[in-house]
Amino acid sequence: MTLGFAMLVHTDFDRAAEVARYFAGNDCPVAIHVDAKVPQKVFRAFRDDLSDQTRVRFCRRVRVEWGTWSLVRATQNAASLLLETFPEVRHVFLASGSCLPLRPVAELRAHLDAHPETDFIESVTTDHVPWTVEGLEAERFTLRFPFSWRRQRALFDGYVRLQRRLGLRRRTPEGVTPHLGSQWWCLTRRTLESILSGPDRARMDAYFSKVWIPDESYFQTLARHHSTKIESRSLTLAKFDVHGKPHIFYDDHAPLLARSDCFVARKIWPRANRLYATFLDDTRPASRRADPNPGKIDRVFSKANARRGEGRAGLYSQARFPGPHYSGIPTCARYNVFCGFDDLFDGFRPWLARRIGGRVHGHLYAPDRAEFADDATVMNGCLSDSASLRDHRPAQFLTNLLWSTRGERQSFLFGPRDRQDLTAFLARDPNATIAVISGAWAVPLHRSDLSFEAMMAEAARLQRAELDFLRLLRAPGTIARTHLWTLADFVVQPEANLDGVLDEVAPPEPRRMQALPPMRDMSALLEFLPRLRDAGIKLQVTGDFDASPGAVPRAREVRHVG
Amino acid sequence: MGLISSNRMRLRRQYWRIRALRRRRQLQAVVNRTGTIARDDILCFTTVRNERTRLPYFLDYYRARGVGHFFFVDNDSDDGTREFLADQPDVSLWTTRHSYAGAAFGVDWLNWLMRRHAHGHWCLTVDADEFLVYPFCDTRPLRALTDWLDASCLRSFGAMLLDMYPKGPLVAQPYREGQDPFEIASWFDGGNYMFERNPLFWNLWIQGGIRARVFFADDPWRAPALNKTPLVKWRRNYVYVSSTHALLPRGLNLTYASGGGEKTTGLLLHAKFLDLFADRAAEEAERAEHYRGAEEYRAYAAALDGSQDLWCQWSERYINWRQLEILGLMSKGNWA
Repeated sequence: MTLGFAMLVHTDFDRAAEVARYFAGNDCPVAIHVDAKVPQKVFRAFRDDLSDQTRVRFCRRVRVEWGTWSLVRATQNAASLLLETFPEVRHVFLASGSCLPLRPVAELRAHLDAHPETDFIESVTTDHVPWTVEGLEAERFTLRFPFSWRRQRALFDGYVRLQRRLGLRRRTPEGVTPHLGSQWWCLTRRTLESILSGPDRARMDAYFSKVWIPDESYFQTLARHHSTKIESRSLTLAKFDVHGKPHIFYDDHAPLLARSDCFVARKIWPRANRLYATFLDDTRPASRRADPNPGKIDRVFSKANARRGEGRAGLYSQARFPGPHYSGIPTCARYNVFCGFDDLFDGFRPWLARRIGGRVHGHLYAPDRAEFADDATVMNGCLSDSASLRDHRPAQFLTNLLWSTRGERQSFLFGPRDRQDLTAFLARDPNATIAVISGAWAVPLHRSDLSFEAMMAEAARLQRAELDFLRLLRAPGTIARTHLWTLADFVVQPEANLDGVLDEVAPPEPRRMQALPPMRDMSALLEFLPRLRDAGIKLQVTGDFDASPGAVPRAREVRHVG
Repeated sequence: MGLISSNRMRLRRQYWRIRALRRRRQLQAVVNRTGTIARDDILCFTTVRNERTRLPYFLDYYRARGVGHFFFVDNDSDDGTREFLADQPDVSLWTTRHSYAGAAFGVDWLNWLMRRHAHGHWCLTVDADEFLVYPFCDTRPLRALTDWLDASCLRSFGAMLLDMYPKGPLVAQPYREGQDPFEIASWFDGGNYMFERNPLFWNLWIQGGIRARVFFADDPWRAPALNKTPLVKWRRNYVYVSSTHALLPRGLNLTYASGGGEKTTGLLLHAKFLDLFADRAAEEAERAEHYRGAEEYRAYAAALDGSQDLWCQWSERYINWRQLEILGLMSKGNWA
């Protein structure tokens, strides 16, 4: 039996000639279609270049435009010529000028000899499998497409919309069940002849000539009619990117391609000298002759598509800068924000670091500098502790920190004394866990050396900032996980409250049962708050101590708990 | 954005074209070998001033990656730069004694040369201390990238400036002519970059890196812009408007994805911080021929008396493009 190639060429004629010569030299006839857009001079040079090959023929040329019937017409011409000129051909393999056989053609022939009746053509129904990148699946068969997609995009899109709105539909010919699949197939002579010389060819051609991208549906649909045995996969390895453009193979893909065990791949970059030298050399060490297994290549290219489509979450870069309407996750990892705990507990930060691990920073947004863990002045990624650099892009300061410390959970302290620019960002981030003891700042304040007037002013300022933050966290749009207490509520059962948070944020094997750090002395607070109130500053954020007067702990009492 | 805005942009583009047209007389051809350019050659455009020491490696680097022809504007060098370049077989050279600042920091000169010679070519516009790194650059020539950009209907390629610096004082490791500068300046800041979309030109405004961290920490608004679009399939109606930071028409500046994905991008490794720089900073501060009256250079001159160490414990040592990709500084996008 003989295998023949129908080859569609429109550019890079040197490479096409090289591959055609390889096929012909291995007793495989080749029928070549050259796009009629190619200048006569170039075409003649190409034909003359191959004139020494008796098994290479050229068919009638058609002006080919992507997405239109012309491509099917070109394929028909090449296939007919091949079948008529070389009666010994039993399988016809459709290839392009940028295809490259990855295994010796003898192996492909052996594979086809083992399946003499099988048509290898990917052919899936539009109902079950999403085929295209965007829309136009079933509609390819039911709408009309008189305008060029490349040159008249506005008209093309507009006419599609108009037909949808008016509910215009073409009728699918009787007995036709639309199927789609890769343009690249390998059909038996019997199937191909039935398609090309069937009694209803004129009717089918008339219908498909107005279908959108018929090269992915004409043979795929008609093979279902005429074939006795279809293996619905292409023998040609061809991958497409998110925009529906074919991925291109380069020299550095050689190992991947070799291991894929596929018979033919496209598209090959015409200057990939090593690929052409390697794979057109049949004297190379024999391969393992496994069945085609493009899984690994699939993974590489689907990863590429995912990178272009969604990208790495939480990355801000020159390549990825989500706009204001982006609805994805704004940071790359979970992190914790503790507000007020350091005001209430003495030595909270080292305690927390021991308890939950990861990196526990101080007040990252303190007015004078970013208080990194271990008092560092520079962090991962060369992030500086400079307050002005941080406040230049406050949210990106955090996203940079999280990105550069991927794999290590970050926690930091926050409070109303800090720069507040970040609050809206925190509230909208599902990766944030925010625990707030509101009003805890009153604990250090009431014991400070400030005059009472200065304390009043400070209390008013801090309460205003904290109220704004709390309002944000309670707003309906907030996605961050929040744990909110007033100071009065929290001190009633500090362990239970804190454990609730830590269980949520700590790694799987929490180092539990560690005593809480000592709580600061709050004995004077109960007198301080009414004084403030009577002076005109009512502290709402601290909560209501009057409801549980016995709950205000003295430092000594709490130290033994837990 | 509406008709008014796009009309305003058209006027702006006209303005830059007229500037370039008016300043073409400032350029004097030294050697014009543009007749040897092949139809699909990749072209490289550079303004130089006293870069004799850097040029041999620069030319070798880009020749190896597949640049077909170099265009240089020599701004009054006196160190043999002009003579050296005139002898190179793939270089066309113009010279001028006019003000670099007056020509919008060389933009007018290059815009003119590109309008004349670059139509239909992929063009790389870089300084003598900028070295393009792109995905797969160790295995694929520049032509593979431009072919892919063509196939993907992309007209421009973004490459942020990545400032490289040595460990230890600048003067401790003198640069030899022909040497790979990144043997010395092999460190960079890996993750302290800041981004903002420019609503006028649509490009990203990027700041950060060593220059923001060391020289502009107290005044970040003035930290130098790092965003660049150095590789463009040139059409004669295109213009660079501000160094290679922004282009018109402004669709060319959309080299980033704004819906969450990543676009294919590269980096310009910036070999600025070598021993050559310590003297240069003092000289340029004096000359005031750079952006914002060279205040940037004054900041350096004050800080770099030749002994300052830019390195810190979190500095990254440059290995290859894959490292830069993993760090997120550049992206393969959907090129695989």
